[in-house]
Amino acid sequence: MIELTSTPIRIEEVLESVRTPESGGIDLFVGTTRSQSNGRAVSTLEYEAYGPMALKIMERIAQEARDRWPLQKVSVVHRLGRVDVGEPSVVIAVSSAHRKEAFEACRFLIDRLKQDVPIWKREHFADGAVEWSGERRDRITAEKGER
Amino acid sequence: MKVTVRLFAVAKDLAGFREREVDLPDSSTASDVLSVLDGLDPRLDEWRKVFRLAVNEEYVTPGHPLKEGDEVAVIPPVSGG
Repeated sequence: MIELTSTPIRIEEVLESVRTPESGGIDLFVGTTRSQSNGRAVSTLEYEAYGPMALKIMERIAQEARDRWPLQKVSVVHRLGRVDVGEPSVVIAVSSAHRKEAFEACRFLIDRLKQDVPIWKREHFADGAVEWSGERRDRITAEKGER
Repeated sequence: MKVTVRLFAVAKDLAGFREREVDLPDSSTASDVLSVLDGLDPRLDEWRKVFRLAVNEEYVTPGHPLKEGDEVAVIPPVSGG
């Protein structure tokens, strides 16, 4: 199960998608949206994706994980659009005969997703500001340059 | 040759458009499409140093040769997860 979805992710469904009789363990990672970003209060978030490429890379990193560890099933689901604070933005589930491989593969998958999958987060702050991730740092740099 | 340039996230917002067809000389490479950002929001000058490029949904190096009909995407630093 490799998906992008604009509706809330049903964690149970992702978990069930990797369950097999041969599995000795399922590792589940749930990434949730934080209420703070660099000390500022966040009210809501939005995610945008380059959909076809995002899915292609998600499929590829799932395959990389299967090539590297003896896994039964891998699922990666990422939320798009508006996501309220505390909701899951990404859910990854991995089943394997033994827990060590499931843990390692799950960590690999979230790390690779955060490096390469073309998805972007836009934060809406409680003070009304709306910024793409990294935009504030850019603005600070620009302001310093003007002085 | 004509290629389609697609912008995402901060690149799209600062440039003010999402997609544009551009006509480039035949020996152009992926990074040549960044000329569509010239003369727009000055904040793009800093951002373009960290943009990655993708051709037909695959990451490429800036020197990747383009061909007619390619879709070139400007990929700001990703922030999924």
